[in-house]
Amino acid sequence: MLLRSLIGLVLVCFCWGTEIAAAEGPRVKPAAPPVSLIDQALADLSSEDQSTQEAAVLFLSERGDPSLLLKLEAIRDSADRSVRLALKPLMDQLKNRINLSSPDVDQRRSAAADLGSAGKPGAIPWLEAALENEPHRWVRYAIEESIALLQLASTNPDDQITAATKLGELRSQNAVPALKELLQQGSDGSATAQHQAVASAARAAIEQIDIWASWAGAFETIFRGISLSSILLIMSLGLAIVFGLMGVINMAHGELMMVGAYATFVTQECFKAYLPPGAFDYYFLVSMPVSFLVAAVFGLILEATVISFLYGRPLETMLATWGVSLVLIQAARVYFGDLTSVVAPSWLSGGVQAMVGVYLPYNRIFIILLSILCVCGIYFLLFRTGIGLRVRAVTQNRDMSSCLGIPTRKVDAYTFAFGSGLAGVAGCALTLIGNVEPGLGQNYIVDSFMVVVTGGVGKLMGTIVASLGIGGLNKLLEPSFGAVYSKVLILVLVVVFLQRRPSGLFTIKGRHADT
Amino acid sequence: MKSSPESTKSDLVKNAVETTMTTAAGSSRREFLAQSGRVVAAAGVASLLGNLGGWALSYAADKEPIKIGILHSLSGTMAISEVSLKDVVLMAVEEINAKGGVMGRKIKPVVVDPASNWDLFAEKAKQLLVVDKVAVVFGCWTSVSRKSVLPVFEKNNGLLFYPVQYEGEECSHNVFYTGAAVNQQAIPAVEYLMSKEGGGYKKFYLLGTDYVYPRTTNKILRAMLLAKKVPAADIMEEYTPFHHQDYQTIVGKVKKFAAGGKAAVISTINGDSNVPFYKEFANQGLRAEDAPIMAFSVAEDELRGMDTTALVGHLAAWNYYQSVDTPQNKKFVADFKAYCKKNNLPDGEKRVTDDPMEAAYFGVHIWKQAVEKAGSTEVDKVRKAVYGSKFLAPGGEIKMDEANHHTNKPVLIGEILKDGQFKIVSRSKGLVKPEPWSEYTSPDKGCDWIGHQGTYQKKA
Repeated sequence: MLLRSLIGLVLVCFCWGTEIAAAEGPRVKPAAPPVSLIDQALADLSSEDQSTQEAAVLFLSERGDPSLLLKLEAIRDSADRSVRLALKPLMDQLKNRINLSSPDVDQRRSAAADLGSAGKPGAIPWLEAALENEPHRWVRYAIEESIALLQLASTNPDDQITAATKLGELRSQNAVPALKELLQQGSDGSATAQHQAVASAARAAIEQIDIWASWAGAFETIFRGISLSSILLIMSLGLAIVFGLMGVINMAHGELMMVGAYATFVTQECFKAYLPPGAFDYYFLVSMPVSFLVAAVFGLILEATVISFLYGRPLETMLATWGVSLVLIQAARVYFGDLTSVVAPSWLSGGVQAMVGVYLPYNRIFIILLSILCVCGIYFLLFRTGIGLRVRAVTQNRDMSSCLGIPTRKVDAYTFAFGSGLAGVAGCALTLIGNVEPGLGQNYIVDSFMVVVTGGVGKLMGTIVASLGIGGLNKLLEPSFGAVYSKVLILVLVVVFLQRRPSGLFTIKGRHADT
Repeated sequence: MKSSPESTKSDLVKNAVETTMTTAAGSSRREFLAQSGRVVAAAGVASLLGNLGGWALSYAADKEPIKIGILHSLSGTMAISEVSLKDVVLMAVEEINAKGGVMGRKIKPVVVDPASNWDLFAEKAKQLLVVDKVAVVFGCWTSVSRKSVLPVFEKNNGLLFYPVQYEGEECSHNVFYTGAAVNQQAIPAVEYLMSKEGGGYKKFYLLGTDYVYPRTTNKILRAMLLAKKVPAADIMEEYTPFHHQDYQTIVGKVKKFAAGGKAAVISTINGDSNVPFYKEFANQGLRAEDAPIMAFSVAEDELRGMDTTALVGHLAAWNYYQSVDTPQNKKFVADFKAYCKKNNLPDGEKRVTDDPMEAAYFGVHIWKQAVEKAGSTEVDKVRKAVYGSKFLAPGGEIKMDEANHHTNKPVLIGEILKDGQFKIVSRSKGLVKPEPWSEYTSPDKGCDWIGHQGTYQKKA
């Protein structure tokens, strides 16, 4: 026992010693092995003999001198496949080392993560050096995680225990497979006391990580639910006004979203063509009002030419607007073709890391905020302005409002245009999530109707609650049922719900003019 | 048109005979003799002329153009992919006609639009075969459209060249499959990922749109992975509905699955779901280094309509890329761009070529070669001539299989670049022999139209 621990101590000292030597290696470049050795190794790289080649790779990766990269590239360009294969991990290692001091946060972080997963213990001193003056919180996290991961793979049990504890504290999901392996080794019959100590450390770490992962999972599910709800909400708001308040079944509502999406695309192309590249990132701010206006104008035209003749005839309205939707789809296909993509501005791509393992994409946060803004705007307009008062009066009792001198035809047109404009904003927001294509509206129209009907026709509050409910439930079901069946389940639930309460979540109470 | 010279000829003879009859009564015998001699001569000349006319006619019929059918959706959801195939087939036809056609006869394409509707596919196929009597049809993209036209082609003994990669498990006497079978795309792609060169990946997330191609492909891939001793816990399989847009949960699952490294995503996601998937993947902080996505349905033609920032560094497997560096490919790409520009097609010179387009293009040439070899456009003769024929396609020489109606092609793995093109990172050694029935899921079945009658049971 004493002998064993002595050997262990010696081993630790030895490892420590080599680490220091490796750490000092690149700093005292000229003093370390003479240049000829490096040249010899570089020559060995192209050797036919596998073991010579491997030894050379090992030697060079231990040296870890970034200035070798250029020479290696020269070798690679003239080498055959097997040499290129052998060179790749070496070159990746060196590149990552350089990237550790890159000014770009994402690059530093990627480099740290890659060094951790490459499994070369020679990288530990580089990482430690980088850790010392690293200001960014999540890069520090990645570096610490990588160091611990590399130590976990060492043969020294004490190192392994410290590394396992550290990984547990870091709540590193990336370490779970390696920790599980250690646990496996420890539970073997032939495991030594040391192995068992390592295994128990690993077990504790895994527990810590798992508890954290379930919290993080719950948080993520809530965020996803809210995000999906906000998308459903922003799609349904326009419909809630046009269908809910005015009672017009507009099958072309989805195509008004498509118009909004194409307006965004055109704005982007204009920015590309006429403004300096620096301004490009702000095109999205411009495109939102533009898509609102364009969709509203389309709505006005649609109202004046088709719908105004069909008030009070829902079936005919439905057929006519469906025809309009087909015309719009084919027109978009003919005019724009299929070469349309909207590039998200740089401030809306990527995401913020909220906590370990939880990323919140910027585009989704943006859509959540936008939908809240739209709801507030609508409430303000409907309940705090004169126009809103008229709209509410006309939708509640058309004849009486007309008697009181409200120009009902004009109010109809404005309301319809406003609802269409909201569809345009929704289309603009959807370009952040998916594609711009002629069939865009078709993907969303069914969901929007489902939200409005479930919420109760004529009640904005119903639309908001229904979108939250449907979105949240969908994300709750999806992890266990999969995307296809959770959608089926949601539809079944909606059908059952509507059979119990045909008028939806929120009903208009009291004496209503239409009923 | 055809009957008019015939009728003139018989009229001439009849007139001659009538004149003989009427004049014979009131004139002398000598006159009659002389006249009848003239009449006989006239009749002879007339019949000779008639024969000549008939011969000329039949000669013209030989020179009549050969009709071929093009059965690709030009409207509806599949139009985005299929219009390019129609364009490239028409380009191949134009090329062949410019060089004198097939056996001295021009090719006349008959283009129909099945509008992405599979019932209409069967209807239009029947119209092409029965009404237009075309010699061959180039068409179809989705597996469901192919399955719907299959009975029509088999009943009327038509000939279809199908240019798209598909799930296999089919062996029709009336179809030549110029796209890849599963063992020429999906299986080599996964083998590449498992190899040292490809990164030595050990865990696989099979993700697809919910329909026949992804389901069958993933069934085969799962069987193959299990056969290669990948534990079942390291294989995930998941499907999404068509047009799925919300990939938050799935990407979250991938992230969890990929933690600890050595995991890859095998994507058979189709159409407009790809953009939201790749965007979400990048936005949740996953990189191609953490878990590369290997896609089987993303090619240059789809990429040109996408924002590629989120896709860079991910992989795809095909048998051809626009970036293949051969002289004949350079010519093919330049010709296609020129063709689009000349005919004022949308996007003109910005158009690109991709794998299904190459397969559609060399399909036309394989058919032409076979017709010339057979000396006829009859389906049974052409079919025999196709077996084993070779063609120098843009991506390199390909060879039609000797017996199973598929194509021997190279397999290339490509990495997506910023400009929507591919960098080729791996290439198969030589051509890969097609296996319509995968050795992993149907080891007892084979496809052979020479030694057997199509699909047969292999003896154990």
